[in-house]
Amino acid sequence: MIYLELLVAFLQVGLFSFGGAYGAIPLIRDVVLSNGWMDEEMLTYMIAVSESTPGPIMVNLATYVGNTQGGILGAIVATTGVVLPSFIIISIITVLLKNVVKNPFFQAVLRGLKPCVIGIILATGLYMIVSTCTVIEESIKLDLRAGIILVLLIGIKSVYRQVTKKKFSSIMLILLSAIVGVVVLSMI
Amino acid sequence: MNKLLELFLTFVKIGAFTFGGGYAMISIIEDNCVEKKKWITHDEMMDITVIAESTPGPIAINCATFVGHKIAGLAGAVCATLGVVLPSFLIIFVISSFLDNFLEIEIIAKAFYGIKVAVGVLILDAGIKMFKKMSKKIFPRVIMALSCITMFFVQMFAIKFSAISLMLIAGAVGLVAFLIQGRKKEVSVE
Repeated sequence: MIYLELLVAFLQVGLFSFGGAYGAIPLIRDVVLSNGWMDEEMLTYMIAVSESTPGPIMVNLATYVGNTQGGILGAIVATTGVVLPSFIIISIITVLLKNVVKNPFFQAVLRGLKPCVIGIILATGLYMIVSTCTVIEESIKLDLRAGIILVLLIGIKSVYRQVTKKKFSSIMLILLSAIVGVVVLSMI
Repeated sequence: MNKLLELFLTFVKIGAFTFGGGYAMISIIEDNCVEKKKWITHDEMMDITVIAESTPGPIAINCATFVGHKIAGLAGAVCATLGVVLPSFLIIFVISSFLDNFLEIEIIAKAFYGIKVAVGVLILDAGIKMFKKMSKKIFPRVIMALSCITMFFVQMFAIKFSAISLMLIAGAVGLVAFLIQGRKKEVSVE
């Protein structure tokens, strides 16, 4: 049943998403792609939408996947799934085990887990860039338009940071990429 | 005003006005819960930030649950958590109902073609930022590099191996390394 599948999938995401929203994106990609709930392209669009709307990105993605697969009930089930593990864990910690976080064994597990999460995030970002900028036909070819957009984005972003010494926010990058996308696709 | 309603409304506001999720939310929660409402102290806020970093799940949910418990027990935790989730739930629910139609408009499709490229850059950026803050020791660096290479090839060749399995292995490696280190120290003390 789809509701049960959604619940189990998003409980897993909620339970293993260390390292905040970006730690959750690889996990959500895993469950969404392996269940065939969405293709890579829609998922990428939705990550951008989640990033540009308020609220926790994980909740946004869970609501979206749930709604496309099982309507409003699916959205509620998926969102509950992603929220429930942290709700239960924090409840237990605040009420019962204030010191569990300082436990040396728990810290040892985290020392292995945290760098692994960073590695996974780096790999996911890298892979997504490679996969959007290449087309696989008979052999792997560079997608010219995506390549040009990538170069423009990175160029503008680094010039901006050099000149103003300010951070280029995620929403600014998404807006810029939308404009660059329209310009490049209209010209080439 | 009723404590539960006040908790709920405060967290609705936090959920509705924080873009970018995660750490952006911590400063807004601090503003509201420490400065304005004086529900928790600054030290408690620091504690919850550390706990949030060591536990899974959205940071905003961790904070909401914690503050809710402090103020009004389990009922408070439920109200605060519901409050912080509700705005994004409603907004995304509306957007997801018409995103498909929206993408059929030519100029929007072109814009999203550009956005698709940006998402990879955003995720890579987030990873690089975390990497820079990471401990400079050999052990975490090796785990990071191995995880990165493994995950890249897993995705590249669509191998059936989930990120969660990789994380479980890394956690186990962390624990084993700790136990071996502990034994070495015991031996040297003897």
